[in-house]
Amino acid sequence: MRLKAERREELAKLLGTRNVYGEVLAELGEKYKNIVVLNADLSGSTKTNLFHKKFPHRFFNMGIAEQDMIGTAVGLATTGKIPFVSTFAIFAVGKPWEQIRQSIANPALNVKIVATHGGITVGEDGASHQCIEDIGLMRILPHMVVIVPADGIETKKIIEAIVEYQGPVYVRLSRMRFPVIFDESYDFKISKGNVIRKGKDVTIFATGFMVSQSLKAVKRLEDEGISTQLINISTIKPIDQELIINASRTTGAVVTAEEHSIIGGLGSAVAEVLSEHCPTPMKRIGIQDQPGTSGSPAELLDYYQLNPQHIISAVKEVLQQK
Amino acid sequence: MAIKKRFEELGEIARQVRIDVLTMLNRAGSGHTGGSLSAVEILTVLYFSKMRHHPKNPKWEDRDRFVLSKGHAAPTLYAVLARCGYFDLEELKSLRRIGSILQGHPDMNTTPGVEMSTGSLGQGLSVANGIAMGVRLDKKNARVYVLMGDGEIEEGQIWEAAMSAAHYKIDNLCALLDYNGLQIDGPVREVMNINPLADKWKSFGWHVFEGDGHDMECILDALHKAEKIKGRPSIIICNTIKGKGVSFFEGKVEYHGVAPTDEELERALKELCV
Repeated sequence: MRLKAERREELAKLLGTRNVYGEVLAELGEKYKNIVVLNADLSGSTKTNLFHKKFPHRFFNMGIAEQDMIGTAVGLATTGKIPFVSTFAIFAVGKPWEQIRQSIANPALNVKIVATHGGITVGEDGASHQCIEDIGLMRILPHMVVIVPADGIETKKIIEAIVEYQGPVYVRLSRMRFPVIFDESYDFKISKGNVIRKGKDVTIFATGFMVSQSLKAVKRLEDEGISTQLINISTIKPIDQELIINASRTTGAVVTAEEHSIIGGLGSAVAEVLSEHCPTPMKRIGIQDQPGTSGSPAELLDYYQLNPQHIISAVKEVLQQK
Repeated sequence: MAIKKRFEELGEIARQVRIDVLTMLNRAGSGHTGGSLSAVEILTVLYFSKMRHHPKNPKWEDRDRFVLSKGHAAPTLYAVLARCGYFDLEELKSLRRIGSILQGHPDMNTTPGVEMSTGSLGQGLSVANGIAMGVRLDKKNARVYVLMGDGEIEEGQIWEAAMSAAHYKIDNLCALLDYNGLQIDGPVREVMNINPLADKWKSFGWHVFEGDGHDMECILDALHKAEKIKGRPSIIICNTIKGKGVSFFEGKVEYHGVAPTDEELERALKELCV
């Protein structure tokens, strides 16, 4: 019975990043009359239907035509609108990547791409719908800011922050609901990482859902006497270099954790900083250069070795290299 | 404030623009001669007789907008903008040079008067739709013009945009198609047949005008008529000649992406009575 109560408590603390996005966007629409929202036949899944209901004249369903959706958003941005473009991550940045490069990133236009269904926890839909390359695809583009929230609260703060920011932004949200980590007092700043747990033996840099997975790992590691620092890197670009360098210097060993390919994402970004400024023994948790596959989110987290026990193993491995 | 010119004057401006384009391309040593020359009259009549714009205040908020979707015709756009007074004619000498305000393909952040960065084909119509939608949300009367190449409409995104322009009844937009019949690898009908052209646009819900793309009276007439079409977008299929104005460039596929040599420039300028 105790277990059941714990489980209930855990479920009560889950919040969908996409659900929060939909609600916050509809709320912001009142204050910011220049917000317009574009969607490619997935307004229910991306929760932008909430904005549609409130502001039908500022919502444009572009049909299943992502390249045209990006171009239209670009045109709207040049007239002073703040376009929010939403669909699944792979269709938001994969299909129209070159349109984003040519028409948003290079000219630094004020378009916000907020994609849902990032990562493998999309689940049963499988490889075609699981986007594990988006962070890399967006990170290499000039002017592009790349953000991945760790929970629903952070999602709210991020959306509020990017409305005020002038320039292109990519935000990756998920299908699955995330455990709540932050409370309302949390202060999000673009390009600032934040220390979730202090520790002295090793640092875990995590992003998105992997922050809560890492938090579970940290608790178990502490039980074993390994003092582990956990840092949430929600802004992957521009990345918080100072925090990464200082934390790595203090602990001397680093693990990165992301629901993304280990090539091009958070692991690569951290490695870039450290190899130039502070070479540190390092392990990357993420998708090991494989395509996605069908399964339940729980099964997939195990299959791709993204669970707390995998993070714990990586920590122990990297500690041996210290 | 539209700059209204009489047709004799427009003809002279078009001749000057051709001279500018050939001289710029020769100096740069690279660039797209054929498709720049085929678009001279279209851009000249738009900027000197139709569009409301303000060269001394390029961001004037009530201005009509022009998007050069076939961005490789940049030299023509630059020459027309310079002759309107957006920047000094001297700048034309810097085309394609490092640090120049005149990039190889249009860049909205470096060239006064350029509304959108283009060059990767197929994207300008979507952007023009977005501009037209934004202008309409602001309840402004501004009109949006976009010039596409005929080879360019082989891009799938053009047809996505053609669909959405009709769906959203974007009638403050008028597209123009520079139908010169040639693309890099050869005649358009041999590389990828785009016909039946007018029927395609009609079936997508557009009002279609067709005419001689080097007859500025004809283009202007269609531009005026397009303004009266309500509830759907318009397109003017401009029948043009690639390399127009220089006999040995006309209709020659080889001059799509090649700049005139010194000797060719000399001969060309003679033909243009310089």
